[in-house]
Amino acid sequence: MNQERVQHRGASADGVYKGLLAGAAALVFVVVALIVYEVARGAEMSIRTIGWKFLTQTEWDPVADQYGALPYIYGTLVSSFLALLMAVPLGIGSAVFLAEIANRRIGSIVSFVMELLAAIPSIVYGIWGFFVLAPWLRAFIEPWLIANLGFLPLFRGFPFGIGMLNAGIILAIMIIPTIVSISREVLLATPATLREASLALGATKAESIGVALDAARPGILGAIILALGRALGETMAVTMVIGNTNRISLSLLDPGATMSSIIANEFTEATGALYLSALIQIALVLFAVTIVVNGLARALVHFATGGRRDVAGAA
Amino acid sequence: MIRFNRRFVTLSLAGLAVLVLGAGIAGAAVNLTGAGATFPYPIYSKWFDMYHEKTGVQINYQSIGSGGGIQQVKAGTVDFGASDAALSNARLKEMPRRVLHFPTVAGAVVVSYNLPSVTQPLKLTSDAIVSIYLGKITMWNDKRIAAINPGVELPNAPILPVHRSDGSGTTNIFVTYLSAVSSEWKELVGANTSVSWPVGIGGKGNEGVAGLVRQTPGAIGYVELAYAKQNKFAVAHIKNSSGNFVEPTLASTTAAAEGASAALAKDVRTPIVNSPAPNAYPISGLTFLLVYQDQKDPAKAKALADFIRWSMTEGQDVAESLDYAKLPAPVLKVNEATLMTLTSSGKRVLAAK
Repeated sequence: MNQERVQHRGASADGVYKGLLAGAAALVFVVVALIVYEVARGAEMSIRTIGWKFLTQTEWDPVADQYGALPYIYGTLVSSFLALLMAVPLGIGSAVFLAEIANRRIGSIVSFVMELLAAIPSIVYGIWGFFVLAPWLRAFIEPWLIANLGFLPLFRGFPFGIGMLNAGIILAIMIIPTIVSISREVLLATPATLREASLALGATKAESIGVALDAARPGILGAIILALGRALGETMAVTMVIGNTNRISLSLLDPGATMSSIIANEFTEATGALYLSALIQIALVLFAVTIVVNGLARALVHFATGGRRDVAGAA
Repeated sequence: MIRFNRRFVTLSLAGLAVLVLGAGIAGAAVNLTGAGATFPYPIYSKWFDMYHEKTGVQINYQSIGSGGGIQQVKAGTVDFGASDAALSNARLKEMPRRVLHFPTVAGAVVVSYNLPSVTQPLKLTSDAIVSIYLGKITMWNDKRIAAINPGVELPNAPILPVHRSDGSGTTNIFVTYLSAVSSEWKELVGANTSVSWPVGIGGKGNEGVAGLVRQTPGAIGYVELAYAKQNKFAVAHIKNSSGNFVEPTLASTTAAAEGASAALAKDVRTPIVNSPAPNAYPISGLTFLLVYQDQKDPAKAKALADFIRWSMTEGQDVAESLDYAKLPAPVLKVNEATLMTLTSSGKRVLAAK
């Protein structure tokens, strides 16, 4: 009888426990749904007044009450992909070194430092980008780019020091820790037998690393998606170094603006009703762009791995 | 699990008790809340401290930006709002009841530049500033700048115009000035807390603009007078409507408000830029408190009106210590007249002084 009671108690405790966990998980959905609802409600006036033109217009003029988000969508996408372009090779390279080549002690020390890097507030990166990186870019790197690669439209213009290139570099530094630490974990989680087998078959060290990388591919792609998410939404650091100019320019040296930077810049002093609504609609567009980019990235992962999620299927 | 719950309940009950008690104590004196502009925040918080010590009236102020302040006034969640830009007629109509403007202090926007070779203060005219920010003057040794700076060795270097990227009252004063002096600017760009800039790059906040100007040889930018004074920037002397080149100072800012006082007496929202007074610095502006003309709570109405009256007397005396320009006597008179129109359920809040 005693035993039965214990069992009974156990069953109800299990139920409560399950309920609590399910509630916690459901809360995530509720929060997202509420955010979407609130943002859509705030953007309603702008959606009604401006319509689809909002996505294709390049004019953003609070005086004339004209709002178009295209330069900001462009800025967000370009700065994020620029960051990925720099961070992915560097990040995967250092993850391979830490997981496959460095001895374990160095590996764990370096990844500890990486995690510290990930914990630095973004405003600190922004200040560094503004006061340290920008003068370097202006004095050395950008003049060199203009002189030697100026035949490309990417490197034409005036060396401001701040602009798309600076924003891309800052974002790359910010997302490298994410790529490195997850990729390293994933690589460490691949079975040692894979490497041993390939070495036994006569593969070189590089080839056996290739085998491990192949096995870790879904997890590494997952790390990149996570990093991309951070880059798309990053606000403060980008606002400080991108130059905040409503302009679509092919040149990476020119200033630009992103969706999150325009919100951070103009939200507090937006005095007109349509103006405020347009800013909220930018948030809605950012939300949609994030979903689309994430969806595309996930589709890419699925395609690249043939739907395999065996190794640390972080994607 | 159960023990944890009990402790949790005890803790929350204790917390609740503290809250209730706290509210009870605070309820003894009048409590006012306000929200809005960040520009006057340092002087306002000094005023609120001083006034609290003197009278026990507690004023809480959130410096969330003028836009937020106006929203909160509209929603009725604060007792007063604060804005660096006066409300337009359209915005006033959106308000549920009549809103009064009380200018509190004046501020100026200075033009700062980075020209290492230039030692004496640069002189600029409204034409030159407009042309620089429209992208029509692109080099420092342009003859339109050289002509007003005889004897100054201007470099053959490109001009980088820097503006605020965030919406701000500072931008509003600056572009209101440009719109007042140039019909072309008014048509192409206009005036607001943020505008669509034809050229240049944007820095966030006074420190963002100042940082870009200081880092980039050839840059020109505009910042608040107080910020420029505290950081000892090189600032341009601007030609005012009487033809004098005026250094931006607290006195020349107050003079700008004085010169505009006839217009302010008619409508206190009139911009004071390009003031006709001979010693006025032309890029000046006022910052306002926004108060409903008909107040719901008579006790709060009295406290608020008393505070505003105090800020016009003793409050003005401390303004300059925090680098704000005080209001000239005629504008104080305008405020006193506006105060007399404050009512609470139809009755006048204040007796005449």
